[in-house]
Amino acid sequence: MRSLLKIDDLVVEHRTPGRPVVRAVAGASLEVRAGEVVGLVGESGCGKSTLARAVVGLNRAASGSITFEGEPVTPLGLRRRTMTGVQMVFQDPYASLNPRRRVGDQIADGLRVAGDTASSPADLLERVGLPRDFASRHPHEFSGGQRQRIAIARALAARPRLLIGDEPISALDASAQSQVATLMRDLAVSSGAGLLFISHDLSVVRLIADRIAVMYLGRIVEVGDTAEVWADPRHPYTRALLGAIPKPDGMGVLPAELPGDVPDPADPPSGCRFHPRCPLVMDVCRTKEPEFGPVACWLHGPS
Amino acid sequence: MRRDPLARKGLPARLPQAWRQPLAVSGVVIAAAWLVIAVAAPWLAPHDPLAQDLPRLAPPGPEHWFGTDQLGRDVLSRVMHGARVSIPLTMALVAMSLLIGGLLGACAGYFGRWVDETIMRLADLVFAFPTVILAMVVAAALGASLTNAVLAVLVVAWPAYARVTRGLVLGVREREFVLSGRLLGFSAWRSLRVDVLPNVTGPILVLATLDIGTALLLLSGLSFLGLGAKPPSPEWGAMVSSGVEVFDSWWVATFPGLAILTVVLAFNFLGDTLRDALDPRTARAIKERAL
Amino acid sequence: MTLAITDLKVTIGGKDVLRGVDLTLEAGRVHGLAGESGSGKTMTGLAVLGLLPHGSRVTGSVALEGRELLTLPAKELNEVRGGQVAMVFQDPATSLHPMLTVGRQLTEHMRHHLRVGKAEARERAVELLRKVRIPGPEEACRRYPHQFSGGMRQRIAIAVALACSPKVLIADEPTTALDVTVQAGVLRLLRGLCDELGLAVLLVTHDLGVMSAVADEVSVMKDGLVVETGPRSRVLREPDHPYTRTLLASLPDAEVS
Repeated sequence: MRSLLKIDDLVVEHRTPGRPVVRAVAGASLEVRAGEVVGLVGESGCGKSTLARAVVGLNRAASGSITFEGEPVTPLGLRRRTMTGVQMVFQDPYASLNPRRRVGDQIADGLRVAGDTASSPADLLERVGLPRDFASRHPHEFSGGQRQRIAIARALAARPRLLIGDEPISALDASAQSQVATLMRDLAVSSGAGLLFISHDLSVVRLIADRIAVMYLGRIVEVGDTAEVWADPRHPYTRALLGAIPKPDGMGVLPAELPGDVPDPADPPSGCRFHPRCPLVMDVCRTKEPEFGPVACWLHGPS
Repeated sequence: MRRDPLARKGLPARLPQAWRQPLAVSGVVIAAAWLVIAVAAPWLAPHDPLAQDLPRLAPPGPEHWFGTDQLGRDVLSRVMHGARVSIPLTMALVAMSLLIGGLLGACAGYFGRWVDETIMRLADLVFAFPTVILAMVVAAALGASLTNAVLAVLVVAWPAYARVTRGLVLGVREREFVLSGRLLGFSAWRSLRVDVLPNVTGPILVLATLDIGTALLLLSGLSFLGLGAKPPSPEWGAMVSSGVEVFDSWWVATFPGLAILTVVLAFNFLGDTLRDALDPRTARAIKERAL
Repeated sequence: MTLAITDLKVTIGGKDVLRGVDLTLEAGRVHGLAGESGSGKTMTGLAVLGLLPHGSRVTGSVALEGRELLTLPAKELNEVRGGQVAMVFQDPATSLHPMLTVGRQLTEHMRHHLRVGKAEARERAVELLRKVRIPGPEEACRRYPHQFSGGMRQRIAIAVALACSPKVLIADEPTTALDVTVQAGVLRLLRGLCDELGLAVLLVTHDLGVMSAVADEVSVMKDGLVVETGPRSRVLREPDHPYTRTLLASLPDAEVS
């Protein structure tokens, strides 16, 4: 599979006047190939949304590079965007569609960009599992799950080679979450596109992703095939993350707790960022940051 | 999802409920009455507003409901014809302020940086002066006439629209559907036109409706001061001014004054109702009270 | 039986939101109330506290140790709220007063319900914060909610709920807005407090994993009715009702394993 997206040592800074600069993404590297689904997981403040937005050009890279099909990704300015091969589905379904325009017209925008004169908006609606006659209605007539499907239809109408989902299911009902996630996977993969799926919900990511990348405090700490990472998480944070998920097996087992709080991203710990909370911390962890992959941990150091 | 017939026109479904409030009804009725008078004055008015052949300073009675002024003109007819001058002019004034101020504010909010700085500093310049004084200065500088009075009010009115529009645009600009549009290749202008502007019209419309009253007061005020309509034009503000000269004959100044009052009130009620209907929180409160 | 809900029916604006809910809460046990959005589970919790929206019509019975709550006059209901029955809400960002210090929020409640003096209230506040494992409780009393993380704020909300030693705690999606590692800590806290203080806890959540970890009994709601109720292990492992089976089947874990 050819490489679509290559993120190399990306740093994205966040500035607020009067406060020190925060590196929301502090050197992350990731690759997404055509036809592949990569799940990017992590908890609040880890920088996964910032990374996703940087990939489409909504955030500027302070250093490092993002290349899509060999071309560097330029930040979105006032000029018309030409890199329409990357599309995004956002988190809030209630803000993803223009309340004043018909749903069909909005999907037609995507078709126009792809130069697709053969398909109609109703065709796209059908592909995302919605009735064709929804095209003449306005967004406020639909539920959150339906709006998200329409947003997906709009993004797919543009025939993207890379689709990015920034927590696309977090705001949906529990029953709709798996459905919409699977829909995104099926549609992306069947068209040969790559899908970068960002979420804090590991169970859903396990369902649809080929590979998983785990982020903590601006860095990617583990990358690997989904099944392998799930069966044998190597980074202590990944292990803690998976261990904290309560299983609906009726056994009354309380999930394991990860002590401490996520440090302030403006003032990250020295050395390995996870060391203050790590149950297996060693001396080297306190001083030197593991800058290698696929597992950024001195326990699995570069051999 | 329930299909709401009003929703197809893009109007929020909550509109009907809020309009049923007594304030709204009286606002609509009074405004409608004045609009009818403004249109039909030539047929409704008992006398020629400019004819000076009636007995002077006759008090209100069965022949002259509003009495006559010091030049022998029927006050009722003049008030009715005054509607043809004041109301269309006021509405045109508000429309122009809205367009100019709104467009400038939208550009300031959307493009930011030096565009924003320039426009907002200009607005600040206007805001720094008391409204009426500045309008007077501009009107006096341009020369006393109704057109120049309109221009003067325009100069002091556009910044309010610019500031409100800019704030609204800043809010809408970062919404996900706007970003999606840009990712789909919308130019900045297309984004502004299709995604941003249609979604800021609500609050601006409320502002405009409430502003009609203020604009009318300002225009009448300028005419009252002799900086607007020239005699013998039956403009309400000018009529109040000439009525002040014969203060004992109270009817000459009072009825034009009442005309101004009722129009301003009517549009204020309309504006309040529009705002309540469009603000989701108050609209919900009105609905719940009705349950 | 600490709290007994019998045939609770709630109608709002002509729509039947609850259509005859039966539920019992026992001291020292966590009763989980599961269901999708719109099933009425949140309304059940609000009905107990008399916090239903304007214009709701309620019939049935909610009895706290035999005392009927639905017909209580407002003054007595206010005594019950906070003093006997307390609630923890979903969003830690909006469930605490943004302009009062944490200590003040705790002591206000206590001084109102328990009529204790300032100094004693302050001591109890520090003790409560220690109990919910907020580090540096004395210092924390002087700080404002926005200075704490989401998980900490939820712990503080639990402390506020427990300030007047209520018998019943209703937790409405208390961990839904939290990260999974933070959630684990709050769930352990809730279970620990329930065991230690003998609270009767009603845990409302759509997350069956949370239910499985913490609840002793589970009730499943659909369209305003309880369709299944029973011990947690039985309901989650051998569900009787087809709806419960559908809920379990729709979980992502179910599809993978």
